[in-house]
Amino acid sequence: MIFDIIIYIFLGIGVFFNVLAGVGLLRFPDVYTRLHAGTKCTTFGSIFLIGSVILIGLKMWWEGNVNGSVLSIHSIFALIAILLTNPVGAHAIARAAHRSGVMPAKAVVDDLKDKQVKKIIRKKTSIKNIVDEEAGGK
Amino acid sequence: MIEFFNTYLIVLIALLLCVIMCILRVVFGPTIPDRVVGIDTINTIVIISMVIFGAAYEEVIYIDVAIVYALLSFVSTLFIAKYLEGGEF
Repeated sequence: MIFDIIIYIFLGIGVFFNVLAGVGLLRFPDVYTRLHAGTKCTTFGSIFLIGSVILIGLKMWWEGNVNGSVLSIHSIFALIAILLTNPVGAHAIARAAHRSGVMPAKAVVDDLKDKQVKKIIRKKTSIKNIVDEEAGGK
Repeated sequence: MIEFFNTYLIVLIALLLCVIMCILRVVFGPTIPDRVVGIDTINTIVIISMVIFGAAYEEVIYIDVAIVYALLSFVSTLFIAKYLEGGEF
């Protein structure tokens, strides 16, 4: 009985966060905040939805159905796959968006770009110094 | 199967609404990374709904399909990101 209540609560939390991810994807102003909503909310919601499936598999196994244990173990593998792949994909998309020149909405200063430009300038000046020293030495 | 079947169908309808919102973002996205974000979110929601289908019909093979779909969609997302950067493979 209390097991059923836990399963319903897990389903409710998971559906709430997934719908929140969709609303955030529609309402936020630029790429980075949309990525924030669309990736983290679906990861958190999928933990709870797949957790409810794991619990129902354990309940079936407890009642004597052998399929329940297979169901819960395979669900655990699907959850591990989501937890490993989702943040890496989000990081790759954010880096690609920044390098392809998309700025955040209402952004004034871009610290990462300044740092990269400074690094490039420092490298060029150091190469020029080395070339000058060699030319002066000869 | 019987006692949780209707609950799982209601959950699937809610996830369908979420997929429709993501499709709107894919259609109306101003820049290309917006569309990629929408497709990534759709992939995750499809994986979750496959797992829930497998629990509702007591078919383990749906969950195996969900695992393979997760890994393949991860590879495709990485390839699209690499293409957007303009990097070399």
